[in-house]
Amino acid sequence: MSADNIRAGYNFAYLDEQTKRMIRRALLKAVAIPGYQVPFGGREMPMPYGWGTGGMQVTAAIIGADDCLKVIDQGADDTTNAVSIRAFFRDLTGVATTERTEEASLIQTRHRIPEKALKEDQILVYQVPIPEPLRFIEPSEVETRKMHELEDYGVMHIKLYEDIAQFGHIATSYAYPVRVNGRYVMDPSPIPKFDNPKMHQSPALQLFGAGREKRIYAIPPYTDVRSLDFEDHPFEVQRWEASCAICGSRDSFLDEVIMDDKGGHEFICSDTDYCRTRMAEQGEIA
Amino acid sequence: MTAKPLLQVRDVTKLYAAGKGCANVSFDLYPGEVLGIVGESGSGKSTLLSCLSARLAPDQGSIHYVNAEGEQLDLYGLSESRQRLLQRTEWGIVHQHARDGLRMGVSGGANIGERLMATGERHYGDLRATAERWMADVELDIDRIDDKPTTYSGGMQQRLQIARNLVTHPRLVFMDEPAGGLDVSVQARLLDLLRRLVTELGLAVVIVTHDLAVARLLAQRLIVMRRGQVVETGLTDQVLDDPQHAYTQLLVSSVLTP
Amino acid sequence: MYVAVKGGEKAIQAAHELLARRRRGNPEQPEVAVAQIQDQLSLAVDRVMTEGSVYDPELAALAIKQSAGDLVEAIFLLRAYRTTLNRFYSSEPIDTDGMAIERRISATYKDLPGGQVLGPTFDYTHRLLDFTLLAEGNAEAELSEHATAERMEEVVARVSSLLEQEQLMVREEDSGAEPADITRDPPTYPADRSARLQALVRGDEGFLLALGYSTQRGYGRNHPFAGEIRIGEVGVSIIPEELGFEVDIGSIRVSECEMVNGFKRQADGDVKFTRGYGLGFGQCERKVMAMALVDRALQASEHDEEITSPAQQEEFVLSHCDNVEAAGFVSHLKLPHYVDFQSELELLRRIRAAESTPTEEEPS
Repeated sequence: MSADNIRAGYNFAYLDEQTKRMIRRALLKAVAIPGYQVPFGGREMPMPYGWGTGGMQVTAAIIGADDCLKVIDQGADDTTNAVSIRAFFRDLTGVATTERTEEASLIQTRHRIPEKALKEDQILVYQVPIPEPLRFIEPSEVETRKMHELEDYGVMHIKLYEDIAQFGHIATSYAYPVRVNGRYVMDPSPIPKFDNPKMHQSPALQLFGAGREKRIYAIPPYTDVRSLDFEDHPFEVQRWEASCAICGSRDSFLDEVIMDDKGGHEFICSDTDYCRTRMAEQGEIA
Repeated sequence: MTAKPLLQVRDVTKLYAAGKGCANVSFDLYPGEVLGIVGESGSGKSTLLSCLSARLAPDQGSIHYVNAEGEQLDLYGLSESRQRLLQRTEWGIVHQHARDGLRMGVSGGANIGERLMATGERHYGDLRATAERWMADVELDIDRIDDKPTTYSGGMQQRLQIARNLVTHPRLVFMDEPAGGLDVSVQARLLDLLRRLVTELGLAVVIVTHDLAVARLLAQRLIVMRRGQVVETGLTDQVLDDPQHAYTQLLVSSVLTP
Repeated sequence: MYVAVKGGEKAIQAAHELLARRRRGNPEQPEVAVAQIQDQLSLAVDRVMTEGSVYDPELAALAIKQSAGDLVEAIFLLRAYRTTLNRFYSSEPIDTDGMAIERRISATYKDLPGGQVLGPTFDYTHRLLDFTLLAEGNAEAELSEHATAERMEEVVARVSSLLEQEQLMVREEDSGAEPADITRDPPTYPADRSARLQALVRGDEGFLLALGYSTQRGYGRNHPFAGEIRIGEVGVSIIPEELGFEVDIGSIRVSECEMVNGFKRQADGDVKFTRGYGLGFGQCERKVMAMALVDRALQASEHDEEITSPAQQEEFVLSHCDNVEAAGFVSHLKLPHYVDFQSELELLRRIRAAESTPTEEEPS
């Protein structure tokens, strides 16, 4: 793609090259220390904090003219924020965009990991609101950094213990903490715990950007990612009695849709590309 | 007495200002021994306790501890992570205010289980069974296991704090006025409990108190402090029944109020 | 069904058009010009420049126009523009001693060298709605000749330096160290004083006002006196590397507040007043006073004070004072959270199912 396609007066992918280099250095460090939160000089972006500025800065720092970009929010390509971020990068890089998971070289996501297994030549960029998994137990940054340094992670299990004591289950259903490469406890961003197993030994590079909190972290390809649990209350993912009302899938994460004002509801795939692909395949068979 | 001291304290000094803090404190503590540090408030006994328990680096002096493996460790030569490990495994720290030693936002059971989880226990059923056993041991109602300590009375909170510390079977426990601030009847029950546990578990204890009755009940040996200096040491009965130093005599004759 | 639940490109576009129309308002009314905002809503412009951390009244006025008067949104627009700018030089520190003063007051001395200069202020106005403005009456005609904005050009000694000379106040000295740059480097705690002050300058006026106020009501009391507030123009200069000497590049209007706070015994044994500092672009007196109160509150640990109140907690204050960050994160709750909510819904149903009779079935 030539620079002609870029909005006049702006850098390729918005950020200046100095800033991109700074972010790439942070990314390299993050990849070298899986799960460790690397502080970086996060910049203001033209989108509000909390709306994906961290993910966008990571994407802006690594996107190249030959990339093919997919942006999803809640698993879907057509949610408003995904549309807006995709349009932003189309405007400021001119790169090709896609809704098909297997076509994308770069996927920016909020709250989901695509259902289709990722490959070695793909990068998944997560938007992260609160990167610190210990934050809700210990509000002080000084203290949490020390806890990471000393691997002082006993408190994480207190939360799980309390869940079981109160509800009979581990009552954390999203942003479920994981231990990366046997060392750092990490917040996988608010993905449903349904997606946690996809992070383990993934062939794709996974990058996490938290703009407001100015942290970057990473899971390199083929890294161990274990969800915290107890031996007698092992980690498990969500299950639905229902199947997708459109494609009939029983294996994907389902969104609930209210059908009428009596509260009748149906379930549909949260991953729109997965759902559409299944429909197309079924069409071929029929 | 066992051959090797558990804790060797030499010339420990930590001064905030002249006479404020502690100066040139030396003593040995043997396994299973209960040492009382007495003195009025401001005498430096809490500062000393913080130094001994690796929470406040002294300006001068050394503290050596012999761990369960028999290694002699220079306390302030250890990394912070090893210090913390000691604090949550071989040691216990019982604070005067239970709030400082408890996690007030989580249940009693989780409070007892925390040290076990921090050292790798990953079986919920076992954690719960241990918590129940300890609640019974410190005379807490097992039905309160899922209640938060905020709903406990002051005496119950203090017993929970003790259980939380003893659950990893520490070898050495530091106590700062453990019965301070409790009603007299509650105090008596707590002290009885402490005396029983200390004997049953063969704990070594360093206990700071301004209350000579507490010292007499629990401690075998006493250190009397005044304005940061040790003025007298000896067996508890000896010190309390035949005080040598004028200040100790004053303390014993109850002229001083804490 | 998909289209109904998930938004689309068209919906966003339509929303933007509606917004543009709402901003323009009734087309029969004349459109407000950026120059008018810059000139006639100058205090709004000053706030946007201060918290947007760009000194450019025209761009600030444009941001106010574009945001239909939503100042937090305008600050955000200016910040987002700021990040795209190249940085050519860092200026030399401005010298407020040499300020061309248009307002200068001290609440600690009745009279002092340089005197009290009220300047343009709402102080001592009666807050009565002026209906002549509503009628767009010609208020200009009534402006008396006394009110010419005369500026004091001579150097006026500061209250703080008078106190310093008498050794009654802790001295503040330039350590010569490179100041932090919170727009480039992630925050670390405990923060450097320069980082702290930068965060407070950019910090939300309302948030700092409330915190400063809380210290007055006993949550971290620090016994403040408004030692000096001054507003006026100061020169800005740079030292280009190739020249090696200072070159004036213009001037900016700033507000500065130096609080004199309760005395403390210092490490050297001396007893001295302590101090808090506030600075902002243009005329933003409320902001700089609040900032000075909070700056002092945040020195609690340096003065051996017990940290018991929100205004004294550095991490709490600095990590929550930025309204661009705060507004962004609060507003992100408007983004879809279907997936997380679905996860919670599923879990809650499962817990309830396990607790109720086994025959009860989940509706589907």
